[in-house]
Amino acid sequence: MARWGMVIDLDRCNGCQTCEVACRSENNIAVGGPQAARENRTISWMRVHAEVEGEWPDVRARFVPQPCMHCDRPPCTLVCPVQATSIDREGIVNQVYARCIGCRYCANACLYTVKYFNWTRPVHPSSAEPGLNPDVSVRPVGVVEKCTFCNHRLQRARDLARGENRPLRESDYVPACAESCPTGAIAFGDLENPTHRVARLSRDPRAFRLHEELGTQPKVYYLTERD
Amino acid sequence: MTDIEIVSRLPQDERVLLMPLVRTTKTFWRWAAVMAAITVWGAFTYVHQLRRGLGVTGLNTPEYWGIYIICFVFFIGISHAGTLISAILRVASAEWRRSITRSAEFITVLVIGFGAVQPILDLGRPDRVLNVVLHAQPFSPLLWDVLSIGLYFTASSIYLYVPMIPDLARIRDLGIRPRALYAFLAIGYRDTPKARHTLERIIAVLAVAVIPIAVSVHTVIGWIFALTLRPMWHSAIFGPYFVMGAIFSGIAALIIAMAILRRVYSLEAYFKDVHFNNMGLLLLVMTVLWFYFTFAENLTVWYGGEKAELATLYSKLSGEFAFPFWLMVACCFFIPFGLMARRATRGVAGTTVASVAVVIGMWLERYNIVVPTSLHTMVEMASVHYVPSWVELSIMAGTLSGFILVYMVATKFFPIISIWEIKEGREKSIDEVSERVASYLPDDLAAVDS
Repeated sequence: MARWGMVIDLDRCNGCQTCEVACRSENNIAVGGPQAARENRTISWMRVHAEVEGEWPDVRARFVPQPCMHCDRPPCTLVCPVQATSIDREGIVNQVYARCIGCRYCANACLYTVKYFNWTRPVHPSSAEPGLNPDVSVRPVGVVEKCTFCNHRLQRARDLARGENRPLRESDYVPACAESCPTGAIAFGDLENPTHRVARLSRDPRAFRLHEELGTQPKVYYLTERD
Repeated sequence: MTDIEIVSRLPQDERVLLMPLVRTTKTFWRWAAVMAAITVWGAFTYVHQLRRGLGVTGLNTPEYWGIYIICFVFFIGISHAGTLISAILRVASAEWRRSITRSAEFITVLVIGFGAVQPILDLGRPDRVLNVVLHAQPFSPLLWDVLSIGLYFTASSIYLYVPMIPDLARIRDLGIRPRALYAFLAIGYRDTPKARHTLERIIAVLAVAVIPIAVSVHTVIGWIFALTLRPMWHSAIFGPYFVMGAIFSGIAALIIAMAILRRVYSLEAYFKDVHFNNMGLLLLVMTVLWFYFTFAENLTVWYGGEKAELATLYSKLSGEFAFPFWLMVACCFFIPFGLMARRATRGVAGTTVASVAVVIGMWLERYNIVVPTSLHTMVEMASVHYVPSWVELSIMAGTLSGFILVYMVATKFFPIISIWEIKEGREKSIDEVSERVASYLPDDLAAVDS
């Protein structure tokens, strides 16, 4: 059984936010516009956080792309009263938009603030409509949504591999953010499969996870910057 | 003979206590109209929210919960007035309870619905609320909450209704309108010594049973927060802290209700100075307990010194939330303690002022629990603030006025002081209490030896 995970090399990330844009168009994320930004209601399943350390002139900026951490012990799934969010057998934390009652308990329980709520009816500008991805459902108002590791791509890749009567290859299933990263900072694959890059990178001495100490066991690893 | 004539010929207790059922003043109608108008306004704004989505609130990311959840905790807290206080006083055979239990139980039953509806107002998809039953997930504290509140509402309704049966039967026998209502509710009760005995045994069992149920309700509400890993929510003190806070605000709400009822229905002879004094003493105990719990909670956070916890704590002590925090401390501790610690200010006016402060303070406490933690996320975010919108404030006002309105209406249909219990107190309790006190005293050794 695969255990899908991601390794993000902070040394390679230059903060270009291509991953954010790729994620938006892949997953039909609504365009909130300036009003949503003002009201802190924007939705961005992948978000590049900029952290500034030190004081001028000795300033260091670092960029930390943050998707859902797909915790092995997710705090969000346990609190959901209707089982609208759950972790599947391959470790992907999903959200069932058709069942979610919008209580936002999961969003509050999430330590990484990566669950997003549709405060208003999601808007897609007419120019973006032809480009909507038919594999990803458009969310209604009033439900929580989140990064799914583009698991619709997994379904497609698996169908394809089955059709060609071969096992799933590492390159078959890559989320939009990893695929689009121009510096190759985002690696994706099966953490349990020793032939996959992520399996090796997640054991790298530079590897760490966000708030590892809290025991949520995220499957998104980061590689610290080299000095 | 009109209802008013029937009632005016009755002896004192029945005359005074049944008069509100048959005579309604202009002032009542005026206040009822005001309350109804605010409630309708609140309902109207909710329809607006239903059509537009939760975007009409001031909520945002990461301030996912706001006024509705604050009001949920607050109103369910108020509901602990009745059942718990009345049950404890009954179990403890506190004789001064007789005139106040009914008004307390009515608060519980009538406010609990207004509290329980708050999380539904807060839902993004209220149309799917039944999923909580259809797809119940037993590990969710929200599900536990639905169960415990449901059980509490059922138990406290029974606990309100059963002790009211003899009064309802009396009203039925007097023929006060609406006759069909009282005939139905009195379920054919005849006030024989045997029936009375059965009734009192049922009440005794109910009084014991509702106490753990009431405790479970606010414990579970505390756990909704405490079972997350968020700074200053993830705390073992929350269950008992919430129960204590609920009783505290419940006592305060009951004192305010008593003060108003006493004035509008001329019940000075029933809600006497001694009742306010005793309730004031209870309030004093809870004030000190509140200080103890709050101190213990904050000291633990401060001494632990964990980064995210400290940031949340300092935002309350000296940062963005210093005003609501210290106002809460004044309202929940300094004002009620100052007033209730002295006999001179433990009269009607003093206890009422202290209670108003406590109710405001306990609302602020829930604000100080919900909002600062929400805004202190574990990952760094741009600074976000929460300003409730007019929709949230209108719905809050509508909820409060809706509760006041149904309480006012209830006093027009049911005696707000238990008539038969007052009568029983006059006829039986004085002897019983003398016997009881005598039984506490040392036995006569000579008599025991023989």
